[in-house]
Amino acid sequence: MLSLYGTEISSRLLLGTALYPSPAILGDAVKASRTEIVTVSLRREAAGGRTGEKFWSLIQSLGVRVLPNTAGCHSVKEAVTTAKMAREVFSTNWIKLEVIGNHDTLQPDVFGLVEAARILAADGFQVFPYTTDDLVVAERLLEAGCKILMPWCAPIGSARGPQNVEALRSLRGHFPDTPLIVDAGIGRPSHAAAVMELGFDAVLLNTAVAKAGDPIGMATAFAKAIEAGRAAFLAGMLEPRDMAVPSTPLIGKAVFS
Amino acid sequence: MKALVKGAGVAGLTAAYELATRGAIVTVADPCRDMTRTASWFAGGMLAPDCERESAEQIVQDLGLDAADWWETVLPGHVTRAGTLVVAAGRDTSELARFASRTNGFQTLGDEEIGTLEPDLGGRFRLALHFVREAHLDPRAALTALRDRLERKGVSFVETEPGWTKRFDVTIDCTGMARAKADMQLRGVRGEMLILHTPDVSLSRPIRLLHPRFPVYVVPRADHRFMVGATMIESDAAGAITARSMMELLNAAYTVHSAFAEAEIVESGVGIRPAFPDNLPRVTRNGDVIQINGLYRHGFLLAPAMARQAANLAFSQNTTTEHNHEACH
Repeated sequence: MLSLYGTEISSRLLLGTALYPSPAILGDAVKASRTEIVTVSLRREAAGGRTGEKFWSLIQSLGVRVLPNTAGCHSVKEAVTTAKMAREVFSTNWIKLEVIGNHDTLQPDVFGLVEAARILAADGFQVFPYTTDDLVVAERLLEAGCKILMPWCAPIGSARGPQNVEALRSLRGHFPDTPLIVDAGIGRPSHAAAVMELGFDAVLLNTAVAKAGDPIGMATAFAKAIEAGRAAFLAGMLEPRDMAVPSTPLIGKAVFS
Repeated sequence: MKALVKGAGVAGLTAAYELATRGAIVTVADPCRDMTRTASWFAGGMLAPDCERESAEQIVQDLGLDAADWWETVLPGHVTRAGTLVVAAGRDTSELARFASRTNGFQTLGDEEIGTLEPDLGGRFRLALHFVREAHLDPRAALTALRDRLERKGVSFVETEPGWTKRFDVTIDCTGMARAKADMQLRGVRGEMLILHTPDVSLSRPIRLLHPRFPVYVVPRADHRFMVGATMIESDAAGAITARSMMELLNAAYTVHSAFAEAEIVESGVGIRPAFPDNLPRVTRNGDVIQINGLYRHGFLLAPAMARQAANLAFSQNTTTEHNHEACH
C-alpha cells in the first residue's frame, strides 16, 4: 500500500480528467484503470469563476478521491487563491500545486513553487508539488512542508517518457522515504513501467490516456504496466552487463570452438 | 397528423421540415423570435463527419455522412463542398500525424499543393490534411432560409406555446439547454466564438488548426467574414467571452494567417451546447412526446439524421408507449 499524507492507496496510477472525448469515456477509463485518485483543474473548467455543476457531479459519481490542481496558475498569489477555492469546492486539504513559469512549455516556476508550497503548508494544506527533476528544488520543497514530490519525467503533454533517468535515480536515492510520483511526460505504458522500475511510488497521467485512440483500453494497459514495473522493482532486477553471459553452463559441452 | 415542435434551433427546424414533408401539419413554438439565443446561431456550420471522428465515436461519422446532401437538397446553394483543410504550426506537426492516425478520408498535401488549393495559405504551412468530401454552410443564413422555406410550406411559427397541446397528435421537444433543469443527464458545454472581418484574407474552406491544448477552426463566411471558434468549456455559464478565450482564438487566427492581426472583431458570441454524458445525441419517445437533444458540437452535422429518426417515430404505427428509445445505442 502507498501512503499519501496518511491515506492508504492501493492503485499506483493517478489519472487526470481533461481532454477526454466525453465524460462517459472518462468515467469508463477511470473504472478500467482502477485508479483511486483523479486530478481536477479548477481553472480549466471554469468560465468567469462559475463551473459546470453537472460535470462536477459526474466526477463525484465516480467514487474516487479528488486531487484538485492549480493548473494554469502563473504566480504564487494566483496559485494560493486557486488552492483555497479548491479547498472550498472539494472539501479537501489535498492540492496538486502547479506554478507555471513558461506559458508555452508549461515548465514549473520552481522558485514560485517553493514559496507557494510554504504558504499553503503553513495554512494546513497537504501539498503535492508538480516540480522538475532538480534535486535541490526537491530539498527546498520538503523543507517548505511538502511530504510528497511530483517530478516530471519530460515536459507536460510531450509524451517523450523519461528524459533524464540519472536525475530520477538521484531523487529516488536521496529521498528513499518520500512518496515520489512521476507527473507529466509519460506517453506510453513502457515509460510508466520504466519509472516504476526505478522505484517511483506512482505515476500521474492524463493526455496519454485521454487522447489515445481508445482511452479505456489505454487506461487498462497503463494499469498493467504500472503494476508490472512496481512488481519488478520489488523483485529486484539484473543489472546490465557488457558481456553475453549464457544461462546454460559451458562445461560439458561436446565441442569447444 | 398535427405536430407541435418546441424550439426553433437547428434540431427544431430540421424536425419540422421532416414532419411537414411527410404530410404533418406543423406548428413551431419558440419564445425567441430571432433565433439569436439558440446555440445553433453560434455554430461553425462545418459538415465535417471525417474530422470529427478524431474525437467523436464512429456513430457520429456514420450519422453525419448524409448531412451535406440533406442541406443541399433542402436549401440549394447554401452548401459549399470544398472539404476541410487541417494544418498545424511548425512545432506541432506531430499533431497532424496523430490526427491522421485517428481519421480517414483525407489527402496529405505538401506546401505547393496547399498553395494551389488555398492560395492565401501558400508558403505558410509545409503539411496539411485535406478532407475532401466535407462541406460547410453559414448557420445563420441556413437557419433563416430554412425558416422561410418552412413558412412557405405552411408551417406556422408562434412565440408562446399553445395552451391546447392536446390538439396535437405528437410533440417534438427540441428545446436543448432549456431541458437541463428537468434532465439531470443533460449538461452544458460552453462555446465561445468570434467573427472577424478582413479583406486581406480569402479562404474557400474551413481551416482547422491543430494544437495540443487548444484546437481551433476558422470558417469563411460571405464578404470576407470569418467565424473563429470554438472553446469547449465544461460550464453552462452564459456570460460574455473571457479575455483568455478571446486571446486564444485570436492567436489561432493569427497563426493561420498573420493578416488576421489587422481584422475587425465584428462580433463575439457564446453558445451553450446541450450534451449527454457520452456527448452523443438522443431521440427518445415517451407517449406522444418525442425529444431530440444532446446535439453537442454536432448540431448541423447530426440534426438531419435526428430529425429523420424523430419523424419515423412520430409516423410509426406502433401506438404503444416506447420509453427511452435511444438513437445511438
